[in-house]
Amino acid sequence: MVQLTLPKNSRMRTGKTWPKPEGATNLRKFRIYRWNPDDGENPRVDTYFVDMDDCGPMVLDALIKIKNEIDPTLTFRRSCREGICGSCAMNIDGINTLACIYGMDEIKGDVRIYPLPHMEVVKDLIPDLTHFYAQHESIMPWLETKSNTPAKEWKQSIEDRAKLDGLYECVMCACCSTACPSYWWNSDRYLGPAALLHAQRWIIDSRDEATGERLDDLEDPFKLYRCHTIMNCTKTCPKGLNPAKAIAEIKKKMVDRHV
Amino acid sequence: MRYLTARKRAEAKGASGTGTDHHWHMQISSVGLAFIVPPFIYVFGKALGSSHENVLETFARPFPALLTALVLVFGLQHFRKGAETMIEDYARGLTRKILIIFLTIFTYGLTATGLYALAKIAL
Repeated sequence: MVQLTLPKNSRMRTGKTWPKPEGATNLRKFRIYRWNPDDGENPRVDTYFVDMDDCGPMVLDALIKIKNEIDPTLTFRRSCREGICGSCAMNIDGINTLACIYGMDEIKGDVRIYPLPHMEVVKDLIPDLTHFYAQHESIMPWLETKSNTPAKEWKQSIEDRAKLDGLYECVMCACCSTACPSYWWNSDRYLGPAALLHAQRWIIDSRDEATGERLDDLEDPFKLYRCHTIMNCTKTCPKGLNPAKAIAEIKKKMVDRHV
Repeated sequence: MRYLTARKRAEAKGASGTGTDHHWHMQISSVGLAFIVPPFIYVFGKALGSSHENVLETFARPFPALLTALVLVFGLQHFRKGAETMIEDYARGLTRKILIIFLTIFTYGLTATGLYALAKIAL
């Protein structure tokens, strides 16, 4: 059965409260999830104070400041700091989002930061995305063609190219999949909103010649139909995309070829 | 701990080749039930609390009897498929299989019982 409580070794305890920076008047409290696989301890929530007069506006700015000036052991992924790479996805103030494009002015009270929910944690704010990436790979995220390669290029009309808008922008941050209760309970078999949004991106690509095979691969009660249109994916997507709609489009295509 | 590649875990046993049937059936039965359940509730509600003879007379008439039969058959099939999805969501392994078998027996049993009672009244 589904496990609704945390195992003993996952229960969080109150962690260390780090000293306030001297002379700072505009302080903000950060409560951050910490877990180190090497020390054998349970996870804890550490408290940090950041001088907002000397910090950028985004949550990632504060995390980098904490790591540089307060606690160098704090571990998190980050790269582009402008919402393109998807590395800094985490749960901030109860919402799965990208730390680099989430402003601290959007948060009332303490800033609570946890790793993406319901994923194995590698360390601190870093989730293990191995299975998530493998699921993405399984939907064949590339152009499949059977015709001979044209001399110049695979042509696409402006209208057909426009159909990819709202799909190609996905940065695979995993915010949507880890916000989906269906994915929490059945991620071993359900592909999740991110992989399915990408599946739709390749299914509707006018140049792709493997539509039938792609739909065949999704014809499964778990891979596709575990989506119950809960819409958490759409609500949380930091890029403003609509994975639920993409999944509904795939279901429509399934019915179209069935009836 | 099995030494499987991430891709092997993600692919697992592959697609079963089913699912759309179930999805399409739920869509159709939802629309159908949206039409037949309100009149059934009206008929059932009117009969509720009245005398035994009155109830027998109501369900002996063709329209309430056919309506009730339709709700029994399609409503319980809709329930079975919905509950099956719920079981698949939350139960695993042998528990899942046993619960689905129990659910199937329960819904078909309930449908048969309901139809038998209805036939006894109406025919």
